Amino acid sequence: MPRSHPPRHPDADAPIAGPARPAQRRWDLAALRRRLAIGLALSAMAILLVLPLVLIFTEALSKGLDIALEALAEPEAWSAIRLTLTVAAIAVPINAICGTAAAWCIGRFEFPGRALLTTLIDLPFSVSPVISGLVWVLLFGANGYFGAWLDRHDVRIVFALPGLVLATMFVTFPFVARSLISLMREQGAAEEEAALTLGANGWQIFVRVTLPNIFWAMLYGVLLCNARAMGEFGAVAVVSGHIRGQTLTMPLYVEALFNDYEWIGAFSVAALLSMLALVTLALRMLLEWRIERDRSAGV
Amino acid sequence: MMVEMRDLRKTFGAAAALDGLSLSVGKGEFLALLGPSGSGKTTLLRVLAGLEFVSSGSIAIGGRPIQDVPARERQIGLVFQHYALFRHMTVARNVAFGLEVRPKRNRPSAAAIRDRVAELLEMMEIGDLGGRYPDQISGGQRQRVALARALAVEPALLLLDEPFGALDAKVRRNLRVWLRALHDRMGLTSIFVTHDQAEALDMADRVAILRAGRIEQVDTPDAVSRHPANDFVREFMR
Ligand SMILES: Nc1ncnc2c1ncn2[C@@H]1O[C@H](COP(=O)(O)OP(=O)(O)O)[C@@H](O)[C@H]1O
Ligand SMILES: [Mg+2]
Repeated sequence: MPRSHPPRHPDADAPIAGPARPAQRRWDLAALRRRLAIGLALSAMAILLVLPLVLIFTEALSKGLDIALEALAEPEAWSAIRLTLTVAAIAVPINAICGTAAAWCIGRFEFPGRALLTTLIDLPFSVSPVISGLVWVLLFGANGYFGAWLDRHDVRIVFALPGLVLATMFVTFPFVARSLISLMREQGAAEEEAALTLGANGWQIFVRVTLPNIFWAMLYGVLLCNARAMGEFGAVAVVSGHIRGQTLTMPLYVEALFNDYEWIGAFSVAALLSMLALVTLALRMLLEWRIERDRSAGV
Repeated sequence: MMVEMRDLRKTFGAAAALDGLSLSVGKGEFLALLGPSGSGKTTLLRVLAGLEFVSSGSIAIGGRPIQDVPARERQIGLVFQHYALFRHMTVARNVAFGLEVRPKRNRPSAAAIRDRVAELLEMMEIGDLGGRYPDQISGGQRQRVALARALAVEPALLLLDEPFGALDAKVRRNLRVWLRALHDRMGLTSIFVTHDQAEALDMADRVAILRAGRIEQVDTPDAVSRHPANDFVREFMR
């Protein structure tokens, strides 16, 4: 394209003097292109993200709200909901504690192998969830390394609650640790050292100085951890054993219903899971705003 | 002698941050520790406060060796270079911290703590800032809060790491006079780190010049500027 004057930043193309018309038109074209791009992106998002959500709810309610609620009141549905809540209630607090401890070690101390450990924490995100489940079967399943021993002592891990909890914990471990590591690195140890020279003991330092400084970020990690713990499919599918009314979590129950052509039931439970996602999304936005405020308030 | 440091050595990997450093500080003295960046000033204060451990050498405070005393029991006030105020606590809670974390048997009552904090803030001339958070006050005010927080526990020894480093020239000059007066009034023993020789000469009873983890000379401001021990000191004092 031939140019009569040197290229300028588009923002500099304000109508000042000289040949205003061509400059104006070029600006319009750029704006049009930008709007088109944004429009395309938004439509893609609507189709890929919003449409499925809308479909889930319309399908669930296609025979009326009563029928949908009835499907949720089935004993097997109740059992799935209870199991999902139980698994999350065990796995999430344990991961919150272990994740915070891991982040503290990595964020506060220099030691050989620190970089390796940081990468290792992300491992559950980079392996397929199926493998995350399979590991436990290999260890604790009937033919696994500890299978015979566990059988003799009448302990059931795989195809029971402990297996579901272990698989869920493994898959969701990185959330809390990851949301804390960069923040703790950024904050440094100075406040904790100050507390130490002022005579505080380890527990006082943790409760009064460390925890308040990371609280919102930790809550953020817990929120994501919980969302994934309740929604996880792959890893728990492997260790569940698919016993209806006993070892089916909500996502697994949705699949089971779906395979049996029980559409309303499947979509009703799915709708419930989607509501959890929406609540998570809202809380997440709230927390992000809070954390940003904390970060900028650093002294 | 109040503080006796003998032949302190501290290495980070292969590099020595303190390289056979010996220094004594008298009771009630205001000693300025002067040296270029990287000469080991911060490391020395951290070693004294118990936040780092020496590779060899001995430290005694009031005649008592303190190598095996943990940081939280040393009763040494440390004012950090970047203040390190507790960001989620008000100014008053910051200052009260050292008293509030004491074990029950020698913790003052809540009312006594409140009075003590008010008194300290008044002394620091920031009496009306108690309810503010650290991000709501100026750099010079943060400096005073950090000082009040360290003094609240009545430390035997006060360590100040470039306390005026981040402040502008006019505020610095005012604070110099004020801090020295405070030291005298409270009968403190202070080690004051700076890389500004004018500041050191202006404030200190004695000046210790540090280079690469060693003391090059310790003497009164007058003697150091009149009779520098070697070329490095002469060059540095110019
Ligand atoms: N945590 C650390 N790890 C490695 N080297 C350090 C550490 N702290 C200080 N040093 C090194 O020790 C030397 C003295 O540092 P420092 O005491 O901070 O000097 P100053 O406060 O006089 O500027 C410097 O060379 C610095 O790089
Ligand atoms: Mg320093």
